[in-house]
Amino acid sequence: MTTIAKYTLVELVNKIKSKEISAVDATNAYVERIQKSKKLNAFVTETLESALEQAKKADEINQKDGALSCAPIAVKDLFCTKNVQTTASSKILKNFIPTYESTVTSKLWDQGAFLLGKLNCDEFAMGSSNETSAYGNVINPYKNNNDDLVPGGSSGGCSSAVAADLTSATVGTDTGGSIRQPAAFTGIVGLKPTYGRCSRWGIVAFASSLDQAGPMTKDVADSALMLDVISGHDEKDSTSANVKKGEFLKNLNKDIKGLKVGIPKEYIVDNMPKAIQSLWDKGIELMKDSGAIIKNISLPHTKYALPTYYIVAPAEASSNLARYDGVKYGFRAPGKDLIEMYENTRAQGFGNEVKRRIMIGTYVLSSGYYDAYYLKAQQVRRLIKNDFDSVFNEVDTILTPTAPSSAFKIGDKTEDPISMYLNDVFTVPVNLAGLPAISLPGGLDETGLPLGLQLIGKSFDEQTVLNAAYALEEKIGFQSQVKDWWM
Amino acid sequence: MSINKETVKKISKLSRIASNEQFEDSMIKDLNSILTFVEQLNELNIKNIEPLSSVVEQKLFQREDVVKIMNEKEDVLKNSPHKNENYFVVPKVIE
Repeated sequence: MTTIAKYTLVELVNKIKSKEISAVDATNAYVERIQKSKKLNAFVTETLESALEQAKKADEINQKDGALSCAPIAVKDLFCTKNVQTTASSKILKNFIPTYESTVTSKLWDQGAFLLGKLNCDEFAMGSSNETSAYGNVINPYKNNNDDLVPGGSSGGCSSAVAADLTSATVGTDTGGSIRQPAAFTGIVGLKPTYGRCSRWGIVAFASSLDQAGPMTKDVADSALMLDVISGHDEKDSTSANVKKGEFLKNLNKDIKGLKVGIPKEYIVDNMPKAIQSLWDKGIELMKDSGAIIKNISLPHTKYALPTYYIVAPAEASSNLARYDGVKYGFRAPGKDLIEMYENTRAQGFGNEVKRRIMIGTYVLSSGYYDAYYLKAQQVRRLIKNDFDSVFNEVDTILTPTAPSSAFKIGDKTEDPISMYLNDVFTVPVNLAGLPAISLPGGLDETGLPLGLQLIGKSFDEQTVLNAAYALEEKIGFQSQVKDWWM
Repeated sequence: MSINKETVKKISKLSRIASNEQFEDSMIKDLNSILTFVEQLNELNIKNIEPLSSVVEQKLFQREDVVKIMNEKEDVLKNSPHKNENYFVVPKVIE
């Protein structure tokens, strides 16, 4: 059974289609592992029985078409799933049962996949370690001696579940690095598509001008397959792009001879661990070996990306989260009048990090401060995007590390919000500019923990990013070091 | 700019988040450190730079104006923590 759960998504679907394995066997392989993996706390809600029923039915009527035929898939608990609790890992949405399905997840089920459950994340996707969840910490399948490590965040349940073979693949969301950083921390592949590539309809909103759904998978080909399925224009999301749908898996090609790869000097940050620098150097060498042309580039406003993000994202969040008022759905705390009911509901329903961001967002949008903070941040956002626009006249893709460290110990960075925010230093600029970027495992640090390399592409050019990652993946030859110690 | 207790009280009111002494103290500390961090932006000359609020470059599209049956009453009310017949129930608003 364990071998089935180790297959990549592409392998699994092929074996199901060729009838080498049944849908029930495939589903059982994941169900058994999920039941033995409570320690990782990757799931907020499990739907194992209904997944097994669907598998049984698919075997009976022999329905094996669809690009994701009979693949058992758990998704981040930020996607609304019809009749299945959706919490955004917040107390305020406990017992919220959507009466509709998000566009992205409905595309998975349309292609034959089954829902295994909903994966833990930082509350409302606000965090970089999965420690802000109201449903407890998620544990990284990688360990540092005897210490439990964070799986990254916000899509920490997703990264832990893929690395621990608890789902064949998953979809996460990425507002400032929430797909790529957890992917790097757990030795898997995570792709943030171009803003607008995938519909945001039915996804619990955090920062609407930055949020984007994307695949988290065992390898690059799996991400290409998942992107084929979940992308596409949706009239229910006015920011969803009306562009031609790609055929990412079909066009996956590791020949990157002549590809121009930019290396931004501003990504060499203070106190960058040696292991990260040597990983980056190794990535550059391997790209050269594959025939790519390396160019040194400059993205001069990089250091302003995090400060910009921590104005723009909370501002949008404070507005998006205004809807949680205890009236229409979710948790309600009593109060003597309407206002007090709102205030008590939100004080008790939201966790500390969410409150911090609502407060910051409200402040920077408030009368007298709007120009000094919010408007200024939007102007700097333009400069950051201009930096990318101008270097993409010279290069096809940009290679950087994904995160400035490997996975850290639980509790290490919870005291100081800024030290947590710094985790996203390499991932945030991409969200501000709306670009696609992928993180793939690049190797291990001196303590045996995975490190990620990031490739950034031009708007709507996920294919180049995927191809470069595909070439790099083969050269790196990363093997998962997960040892199932929790079972 | 630094945030004092009065400002925290005002923002928590605007945010509709009930406040108490402990909350105010921790927010004064956290919000000030976050604001100091974001104020790095003051180093930049941003005169005449057009603000970027969205990276989407397409025009808003329009749908055909046809009636679709969705979000039916029962569905809409289903998740309410307090409802009565076809209404959401809230504490008394008008005296």
